[in-house]
Amino acid sequence: MSQPSMSEAVRGVVRRDLLLAMRHRSDVAMSVFFVVIVASLFPLGVGPEPAVLRMIASGVLWVTALLACLLSLGRLFTADYLDGVLEQTLLIPQPLSVLVLGKVFSHWVISGLPVVLLSPLLGLQFGLSGNSLGVLTLSLLLGTPTLSMIGAIGAALTLGLRGSGLLVALLVLPLFIPVLIFGAGAVTNSVTGVGSEANLSLLGACFLLSLTFAPWATAVALRIAVE
Amino acid sequence: MNWLKYSSSQALYPFAGRLIPWFTAAALGLIGVGLYVGFFVAPTDATQGDAYRIIFVHVPAAWMSMFLYVIMAIWAGIGLGLNARPSFMMAQAIAPTGALFTFLALFTGSMWGKPTWGAWWVWDARLTSELILLFQYIGIMLLRSSIDDLRRADRASAVLALVGVVNVPIIYFSVKWWNTLHQGASVSITAAPTMAGAMVTAMLVMAVGFWMYSIAVTLARMRCVIVERERQPSWGKPASVTDVAEAR
Repeated sequence: MSQPSMSEAVRGVVRRDLLLAMRHRSDVAMSVFFVVIVASLFPLGVGPEPAVLRMIASGVLWVTALLACLLSLGRLFTADYLDGVLEQTLLIPQPLSVLVLGKVFSHWVISGLPVVLLSPLLGLQFGLSGNSLGVLTLSLLLGTPTLSMIGAIGAALTLGLRGSGLLVALLVLPLFIPVLIFGAGAVTNSVTGVGSEANLSLLGACFLLSLTFAPWATAVALRIAVE
Repeated sequence: MNWLKYSSSQALYPFAGRLIPWFTAAALGLIGVGLYVGFFVAPTDATQGDAYRIIFVHVPAAWMSMFLYVIMAIWAGIGLGLNARPSFMMAQAIAPTGALFTFLALFTGSMWGKPTWGAWWVWDARLTSELILLFQYIGIMLLRSSIDDLRRADRASAVLALVGVVNVPIIYFSVKWWNTLHQGASVSITAAPTMAGAMVTAMLVMAVGFWMYSIAVTLARMRCVIVERERQPSWGKPASVTDVAEAR
């Protein structure tokens, strides 16, 4: 049997993860509904004043996206860890960091992409106008993959530990803060009429930085967790 | 001198014990001199009055918080690279002191901020990134303590420490990159300081004093870590339970 190429291996990982997600559609739906419900709570709690809502929209929607990513991190490696697939994955001759990138990509498709696609709708709830809606969607599109990549490090480090759900939040949330600041900052700037290019560029920088280092760190963490 | 022999706990334990009194004495002396110069010799600031004197604790503590993080990450990296247990112990021993200095920097900063800025806390880039640093220290210690397997605890917290190094340059350059409330550096290696000589002297002496304190405390904690891990202190003077309790 010939060895599969690197891209074939990654495609296999992505296809398997997406297929598994499709077989458990309620899992995916849950994180989407979580975002919708949490975002809808704020106008009820803060009050329906349009000016106030427009000011807090960026922060609320970004924090919601961040929590949705955090809540779905448990699913990233746990099932594979428990049924032994992860150990087999470590034995694959292709570089583990590339396979990890495939897993992170499917995690983003399942948990991040729905939030990105929903964000214009949620932005309308908060009274954002055309340009700000575009910036919100773009910032989430740039930011949520970064969240998935950083989160994967935390998920791998806490794999199989007692109370790992809470622990992963404590480890990962501080590292999420820069993404949150730049993402929410971009939207706020576009609402107040200052250009949002600087914050979007910084978000892009965060994305590239985590793309370079996070899969590698996650691979190291996975080997530590399984050995 | 063969330094590698201290990579064994048996050699390291008494060696650390011999070093601790020297660093303790240096720390006490330097911090004493620094505080004296800071409070009695340095002139009153023209615009900030006497409230500025908190910087003799604040600035060295902030320096140490970043410096210790980098040192901890270096030990963690050496541990991962060479698979050396004493390096992991060193990283473990540094973390609480780093967290202490981070907290001290934030605490004294808010005491200084109230009279000069009129607020205990502002969400400026320097303060936020320093707060993240505190969360990182806490996260590293939490991750270590929630893993029962020592080998995995060492290596997992080392990875986390290395990942967090990204934040250190952000803290350092935050006052340059973002035009925010926290003032820029008054002391740098390349330019002449923009403050009175006695102030600079006090600040630098305090910084070296804090450094010596960090070494002394880290070595003491290191001995506790060794005793906890080996649980067979048959070399040198056996550490009693009270020794361990005191050094904590």
